[in-house]
Amino acid sequence: MLLDMAAEAHPGRIAVTCDGSNLSYASLRGAAGQAARRMSAAPAGQPPAAHAAWLDTNSLATPVALFAAAYAGIPYVPLNYRLTAAELQELLARIAPAWLAAGPAALDRMTLPAGIQVVPSAGLVAGSAAQPAAASPEAPQDPRAIAVQLFTSGTSGTPKAAVLRHENVLSYILGSVEFGSAGEEEAALVAVPPYHIAGISALLSSTYAGRRVVLMREFEPREWLHLLAAESITHAFVVPTMLVRILEALRGERRSFPALRALAYGGGRMPLAVIERALEVFPGVGFTNAYGLTETSSTICLLTPEDHRAAAGAADALARQRLGSVGRPLPGVELQVRGAGGVVQPAGEAGLIFVRGAQVAGEYRGTGSLLDEHGWFATQDRGWIDDEGYVFLDGREDDVIVRGGENISPGEVEEALLAHPAVSDVAVVAAPSEQWGEAVAAVVVLGAGQAASIAVLQQWVRERLRSSRVPETIMFRDTLPYNETGKLLRRVLRQELRNRAG
Amino acid sequence: MRTLKPGLKLRSAVCASEVMVIRAPGTPAVLACGGAEMLASGEGAPAGVALDNTRAGGTLIGKRYVDATDRLEVLCTKGGAGTLELDGTALEVKQAKALPSSD
Repeated sequence: MLLDMAAEAHPGRIAVTCDGSNLSYASLRGAAGQAARRMSAAPAGQPPAAHAAWLDTNSLATPVALFAAAYAGIPYVPLNYRLTAAELQELLARIAPAWLAAGPAALDRMTLPAGIQVVPSAGLVAGSAAQPAAASPEAPQDPRAIAVQLFTSGTSGTPKAAVLRHENVLSYILGSVEFGSAGEEEAALVAVPPYHIAGISALLSSTYAGRRVVLMREFEPREWLHLLAAESITHAFVVPTMLVRILEALRGERRSFPALRALAYGGGRMPLAVIERALEVFPGVGFTNAYGLTETSSTICLLTPEDHRAAAGAADALARQRLGSVGRPLPGVELQVRGAGGVVQPAGEAGLIFVRGAQVAGEYRGTGSLLDEHGWFATQDRGWIDDEGYVFLDGREDDVIVRGGENISPGEVEEALLAHPAVSDVAVVAAPSEQWGEAVAAVVVLGAGQAASIAVLQQWVRERLRSSRVPETIMFRDTLPYNETGKLLRRVLRQELRNRAG
Repeated sequence: MRTLKPGLKLRSAVCASEVMVIRAPGTPAVLACGGAEMLASGEGAPAGVALDNTRAGGTLIGKRYVDATDRLEVLCTKGGAGTLELDGTALEVKQAKALPSSD
């Protein structure tokens, strides 16, 4: 329906660009309608597809598959093409009977489970431009139908299948995007992979706004910078690790990107030093910090460009601290911080973050809804709200270190260590301790050519925080383990520390 | 008269307007456009029905329309010439808060 409206309002406008090829809104709608008919037609003697899966990098065909699934009335299930063959086989078996659009590289390395009907992803686009925009199949009208199913990265055990219904996704889009509000010159660079919620929401928001999407097959910092200039990009979204790599790629170079107006970031903790540097490197660009989860249909809080400017220019430390905030909730989202026993915390007091609103799905396949009786969803994120309503995050609930009965949030120790001039990156995790149950351990990456001893870093923390926060163990590493979308893999570090202790 | 439900798609009997129900009161009501009750999929316009020129304020694609009590909300998915009305009272355009692009 979102695509129908865009194709109705500006059929000839370019909807999406990838590798220099384009699809207009009318062509995209035509290709999606055609793909939907193929999805709905089951091969002889087989049940019709119950899911439409995508297993490839980004391409022109990615939005075709996304919208085709909606037309066919089945959930769109983008899979992580970086998983092993065994992991993918297991996920495919869970969604069979399914229609699978895949690239050749993905198919060569595995045997498909029963009930998977494969089509080459490139074939979804071929010929669509030459055909007139066929009348789209009547899109299903059930707002409770599942629009998107995303497998979580499964940091512990079997990946969970997060479910977003059409009503959740539509509520997010209608609540945050004005239809057709983008100028014809606007272009959004999308570099997040297709199986990330931000990759999906970017396609939907841009389609609704009428903003051309420039898709990167896979993120690479030099290519990202090249596209920024070559495609006159006006809007872009990056996860923190991408921004770090972009700043590294730019080092020493003075380049200006006159078309760029807005740079949004989210999907993980953004170190203050990185965002401060980015504000210098991209002067005149409006920065937006977006906080959201897969389970909430993407963004629930925004730190706006005005907030960034106010915080960066502020003289007092408290206002400047807001640069590290994720901003305030969207108009359609309520947010609470709850402490022990579920009591709602006053401003400034930390606890667990709960959200409520029509875009909040909070549901997994097989487990059902995780919303409480009043519709609140526990994000599993810790945080607090300041007296003007700005939300600050303080790590995941699971990452809290319980040292002798005292709860220690890794975030505050990490911030303290990051402020040391020799430290370029740091993760604080729990290490096993006979005396305390868990002890504070820090894994530190030093900046190029920098040196700092364990004792110096411990003293640095002792001068800034309570003594219980001083890491008993400090381990040095060349880099920290992040996954490809910028999530820090704390479990890898915890395991290394356990191995070292054992 | 029909019970309006979220997800229901309706089209005008007298102009090009089409809407989708976003929120609804759950009680039977008449949603009209251009002076004639709107039609669901498969329903035909009654013979002789025409656009009422006193109810021709027009609809705009992408705008959300709400009633005065804020119980009904529809999204205009195709613009047209008629005015949207719930039980005889014109709907109003819902003002959206401008947000920066976040994805």
